[in-house]
Amino acid sequence: MVKFQNITKAYPPSTMALDNVSFEVEPKEFVCLVGKSGAGKTTLLKLLMAEEKPTGGRIFFDNQDVQKIKPKHLPEFRRKIGAVFQDYRLLSSKTAYENIAYAMEVIGASDEEIVRDVAEVLDIVGLTGKAHNFPAQLSGGERQRVAIARALIHRPEIILADEPTGNLDPYHTFDIIRLLLKINEFGTTIILSTHNREIINSLCKRTITLHEGKIIRDEKIGRFIL
Amino acid sequence: MFVSIKRIFRSGWQGLTRDGGMIVANIFIMVMAISVITSLFLFKDISQFLISSIQEKVDVSVYFKYEAAEEDVLKVKEAVAEIPEVKEVNYVSKEEALKNFTEKYGDDLVLMESLAEIGTNPFLASLGIKAFQAQQYEAVVSLLEGPQFDPLIEKIDYYERKPVIESIYNLTSNFNKAGIVFSIILVLAAVLVAFNAVRLSIYNSREEIKIQKLVGASNWFVRGPFLAQGVICGFFAAIFCLLLFALLTWGLNSKAELLFPGLGLFTFFTGNFWMIFLIQLLTGILLGIISSLTAVRRYLKV
Repeated sequence: MVKFQNITKAYPPSTMALDNVSFEVEPKEFVCLVGKSGAGKTTLLKLLMAEEKPTGGRIFFDNQDVQKIKPKHLPEFRRKIGAVFQDYRLLSSKTAYENIAYAMEVIGASDEEIVRDVAEVLDIVGLTGKAHNFPAQLSGGERQRVAIARALIHRPEIILADEPTGNLDPYHTFDIIRLLLKINEFGTTIILSTHNREIINSLCKRTITLHEGKIIRDEKIGRFIL
Repeated sequence: MFVSIKRIFRSGWQGLTRDGGMIVANIFIMVMAISVITSLFLFKDISQFLISSIQEKVDVSVYFKYEAAEEDVLKVKEAVAEIPEVKEVNYVSKEEALKNFTEKYGDDLVLMESLAEIGTNPFLASLGIKAFQAQQYEAVVSLLEGPQFDPLIEKIDYYERKPVIESIYNLTSNFNKAGIVFSIILVLAAVLVAFNAVRLSIYNSREEIKIQKLVGASNWFVRGPFLAQGVICGFFAAIFCLLLFALLTWGLNSKAELLFPGLGLFTFFTGNFWMIFLIQLLTGILLGIISSLTAVRRYLKV
């Protein structure tokens, strides 16, 4: 489904964020990316979303070369991906409901579909009572659940979660991880980037360890070893 | 398509109403820009009115010899009237000249006594000629000084009036040129101020634009609400300006009439109501659209 082929990413003047990284992700897989800050986890996800371009190598998504996607086709491509970020990246001028609905509006869903699906997703993430709160009126955990709801509402093929628990306390952290596992059970591929030892050790999922831009370990049932 | 437009306008409206400060600031800046442009439109017509009322007062008089027969003078009048540069010719006969004089100075005993002492009508028949432009008087006068008419003519007061006529025309034409330059500078300044205000408010939204792009929004879906906001602000600013100028021209009407008789500010405003409204609406909406489009463009490259 996703294939990174000899990916290199350099930032001038002399930072090598990724150095000849290659791996594949199968459909419905749950993959964890671990590594210290600056190891290259976020860069990998940015490259997959075509937010940045690699310096060398190729990335394939459903056999499509991501680099060759024309700018006017990027929105369609990104609709296949759901993204969750450490800093939530919610639209501050929209309510929780509107933030989630926005992902459906961009794909041109009808008003009826939006009303039906947003209510359902709000129920899944446990935020029905806070639908009309603005992000500033929500706690960190609640904001992240809104971000997850937004990422999954349009039924993407894959969800990229970039340190989604980085700003959360342990209780909310496992809340979010349980949610991601549930989404994965429904058949959505998940790539989770984290540097949280407990999450990795309790998940027992495939884990790719990055160190200074290189893959140093890729295990079927991973453990947190840095 | 219709659903997208509805969503774009709803999103634009929400963005504005949820950030009350921004809508007030943007409308205020646009009101200033539209006011400048409306003032220039009014100023252009008012100055044109003043210029033509000054030019209206300029003419050249041709006095005919005492013995010149009225029919000869009328022939000259006809010939002059046929010259394309001539706007108007007025014939004043000897009798009319005397009548005008006595009407004007009837109360002045010394003058009236002197007139009675002469015994006859001392006034000469004359033609009052108005040309379209100051430079055209020269051509008219040279025709009159030709062999055909010269024997009939006693005096043409063109050479005495020439410096005054030319300076009036120079002044008015300079006034027009200065007005155009001044207008361009003012319009540019107003547009730049409004443009920068919109750009600044969009700069604050650059993170949101990035998020929208990453969620999969197309460029038009991101741009749309900003355009809608520009249109909404421009529309409200135009309505506000229209009310403002209606009040201003109504309030200043009597004062302007005192200064420049015949200049009806409010009448001019109501007479050109739709034109003024169109100018204001177009200025507001175009300003909103163009500044939003250019400001958003740089943040769409995600």
